[in-house]
Amino acid sequence: MGAFAFNLVAILVVVTAFWVVTAKNLVHSAVALMGTLFGVAGLYVFLYADFLAAVQVVIYVGGILVLIIFGVMLTQKIATAVVVQSSMPNRFLAGVVVFFLFIGLSSLMFRTPWHRGELVETTGTVATIGTSLLTRYLLHFEVASILLLVALLGAAYLSRREHG
Amino acid sequence: MDVRTQFALIILFLPLASFVLQIFFGRRIGPRGVWISVAASFVTLILAASMLFTVVLGTPMNHYPEVAWFSVGDFSLTLGFQLDNIAVVLLVVVALISSLVHLYSVAYMKGDVRYTRYFGYLGIFTFSMNGIVLAHSLFMMYMFWELVGLSSYLLIGHWFEKESAANASKKAFLTNRVGDIGMFIGMMLLWMVTGTFTFQDLYALVDVEGANLFAGQMGLLTVAGIMVFMGAVGKSAQFPLHIWLPDAMEGPTPVSALIHAATMVAAGVYLTVRLFPILTPDALLFVATTGAITAVLGALTAITQNDIKRVLAYSTVSQLGYMIMAVGMGAQQAAFFHLGTHAMFKGLLFLCSGSVIHAMHHSLAHKGDHETDPQDMRNMGGLARRLPITYVTMFIGALAISGVPLFSGFLSKDAILAGTLAFAAEHHQWWAVLFPMAGFGAAAITAFYMFRLIFMTFHGKPADEQVRQQVHESPLVMTVPLMILAALSFAIIFTLPGVNPLHADGWFTRIIPQGENLTGFAQLGAAHLEHGFHEVHGLTMTLSFAVAGTGILLAIIFYLFRWLNAHAWAERLRRAGVYQLSFHKFYFDEIYDAIIYRPFLWLTGRAAWLDWEIWDQWFIDSWGRNTVRISNVSGYLDYTWLDQKVVDGFGHVIHWLGATGRKLQTGRIQNYIVWALAGGMIVFLVASSF
Amino acid sequence: MDSLQSYLFISITLFCLGLYGVMTRRNGVAVLMGIELILNAANLNFVAFNRFGGLSDQLPGHIFALFVIVMAAAEAVVALAIIINLYKTFHTVNVDEAHEMKG
Repeated sequence: MGAFAFNLVAILVVVTAFWVVTAKNLVHSAVALMGTLFGVAGLYVFLYADFLAAVQVVIYVGGILVLIIFGVMLTQKIATAVVVQSSMPNRFLAGVVVFFLFIGLSSLMFRTPWHRGELVETTGTVATIGTSLLTRYLLHFEVASILLLVALLGAAYLSRREHG
Repeated sequence: MDVRTQFALIILFLPLASFVLQIFFGRRIGPRGVWISVAASFVTLILAASMLFTVVLGTPMNHYPEVAWFSVGDFSLTLGFQLDNIAVVLLVVVALISSLVHLYSVAYMKGDVRYTRYFGYLGIFTFSMNGIVLAHSLFMMYMFWELVGLSSYLLIGHWFEKESAANASKKAFLTNRVGDIGMFIGMMLLWMVTGTFTFQDLYALVDVEGANLFAGQMGLLTVAGIMVFMGAVGKSAQFPLHIWLPDAMEGPTPVSALIHAATMVAAGVYLTVRLFPILTPDALLFVATTGAITAVLGALTAITQNDIKRVLAYSTVSQLGYMIMAVGMGAQQAAFFHLGTHAMFKGLLFLCSGSVIHAMHHSLAHKGDHETDPQDMRNMGGLARRLPITYVTMFIGALAISGVPLFSGFLSKDAILAGTLAFAAEHHQWWAVLFPMAGFGAAAITAFYMFRLIFMTFHGKPADEQVRQQVHESPLVMTVPLMILAALSFAIIFTLPGVNPLHADGWFTRIIPQGENLTGFAQLGAAHLEHGFHEVHGLTMTLSFAVAGTGILLAIIFYLFRWLNAHAWAERLRRAGVYQLSFHKFYFDEIYDAIIYRPFLWLTGRAAWLDWEIWDQWFIDSWGRNTVRISNVSGYLDYTWLDQKVVDGFGHVIHWLGATGRKLQTGRIQNYIVWALAGGMIVFLVASSF
Repeated sequence: MDSLQSYLFISITLFCLGLYGVMTRRNGVAVLMGIELILNAANLNFVAFNRFGGLSDQLPGHIFALFVIVMAAAEAVVALAIIINLYKTFHTVNVDEAHEMKG
């Protein structure tokens, strides 16, 4: 059951990701991206990362994806939101490069003798993450908040009306 | 802090405060503000006078405060005061003349374009002069010495629009510099021998261990003393550096009274008096000779001058020579006495001449005559009734300087002449007689030219009756100082509580040491000089009467009643070649011109020719010419070959590469990513294949 | 599901697909989607290494992934703002048409 579910989720992720980068319609791409993000959230569940899975769904699916769809709608009509692919030679070259990269990385991955730690069945990660964020990673946490603030201001500045 | 030190500090710095006030705020305060300076000068006078009264009433002043200034290694310098009786007396003299000149100038300088600045200069001059008087060491004195030089330069050149005034101020400054360099060298020599600048230490050294310390170094000490004395030669206008003083008459007349009669020129005498204990007998002889020559030369020159101020200037030179001669012969008390009395009556004479000039100037201006010189005595005459106060006071001054009994000049001159006679009596060489001869001769000539001045100015037929009618007596602020100084020219002022007009015994002789209280070499001669003094006193007095009487009588014969024609006699003397000598001031300026300036100018001209034609134009420029030549060749090589071929070649290659390579720049980020990734993978593959 | 390699393989696939998207898509928004794929691949790696590397008590991988998500959100915001600006300026969202830097 677990293995089957895992394989299902893995296939979902790969297929939808392929669709994201090849779909001709931008809206289709966005929908496919939603599938990929949900799939990754599922994979987090298999990895006992319950908090991250939730965050993935809330922020990625609920936030970033919506943002992207807004971007699409602000710049194009949904019906004609056709992604113009780049020229054929370019695509071919990119495909070759990516293919070789894929082969190289895979072989590297399979040949590497990975260090294996003990597998622990954790019951929940929220408490640990919360404690870590407010103790050991407090500075990083604050820096991240400042980053968000800056991004907010920067985005507001960049997208303002010309004379507004 | 001791009250005496406080008094001295106030006396020193109050004039400086006046200077600062007048220079920086004078224009804002306006001409009335000069009364502040006048008040300040009178405050210093009161302070100085109170100190003098303390001394006269029996408390000798022996106060030597000092503070460390800085030290470099073993060398350390102190600043301090030498407050002794001599300093106090001179402080009073300076403060008195200074305050009276301040008062006098209020009217005399009225309407001057730089009215307030003039009072500022008076302030800084008084400050520097007080500094010289109070200085406890040669070093400190030297600093104020230079300040005096500076302020006299400023005052002489007060009317610098007049070219002659500007030149005179430069001449005074530079001539003083010559003496000051000598003084500086002398100070260094003294330092080398003794290791101290302080007067007290110097006195102590010659006093206690003089014999040991200077054993075998007497020659060096003599040279050092003479060199330091050079400073006095410059400041006190002694032969051969006296040439600046007559020219300095270009300054305002009150300035002449202040600095060229009473104070600045007295600084040299004061220095010599201060140095007196450490001067060797040989150095003293040098000092005496210098003074004697100056006394005679100055007096002789004064006879033929027609400018009223120049007569007084040469008279000053002569009188200063007197004082210096007296110090040189050991009669240092007499010298200082004469310094004090001379300050009063010469200040008086100058201020009187100022009053005459002032009156003449206004009268001539009233007539609309700007050509006639208001200072030339030939344009005056018969002014006695028009200027009664000036006439009477100037007459008193003339009597005083001529050495007529009842007046201060008689006492001090008598003391000096007695000193010369005693000196001659002690030294049995033939040349020793020359000193009294110089002294008495100069005294006779002084009486003659002073009364010549009086008669030419105030008696006889006026040159221009119209001008005479318009001459008016000067205002009260000018005549009051005259009256005060005239009162101070009476002998009794200096002899209190003694009342014998023929004898100098009084407060002055009591507080200024002569004989006892002396240190060092001075003691050697002082004792028997004192002895000689008493012996020759009667003789001196008789001779004094005689020479003064002769001088005055001659003046009466020539200029009052004109029994003998002065012009005819002058013509006779001219034919003998003597008159021109005096009239042209013994050709000192011409001689200096011939033996110093012209050769110097010729030398500089030659040097400039060498420098410009040979060194600059030929040698230095040849470097330039050759460099240009080499540069042309090198430039050709550089440009045609290196630049055009090699360097530009690089450029061409790069340009070609760029033109080719720009085609790779699509401006599309994605292309760049593809190529970057491809490159990265090639690196990865190559790296993993090893 | 209990082998590190299986997760890493999914991660590599996601990464390569994302990269392909970044390189071939002309639309700025589509390029952004590719970037999101790459970021997800990286996050998956962090979490997987955390799980199989024996770091369950501290969870540094989870924290790192969390910060990456935060960063991704910020990046998405700014990138979309840039794209909207691009649209205003060039009246296109195709990144290859904005080639001012063409040599």
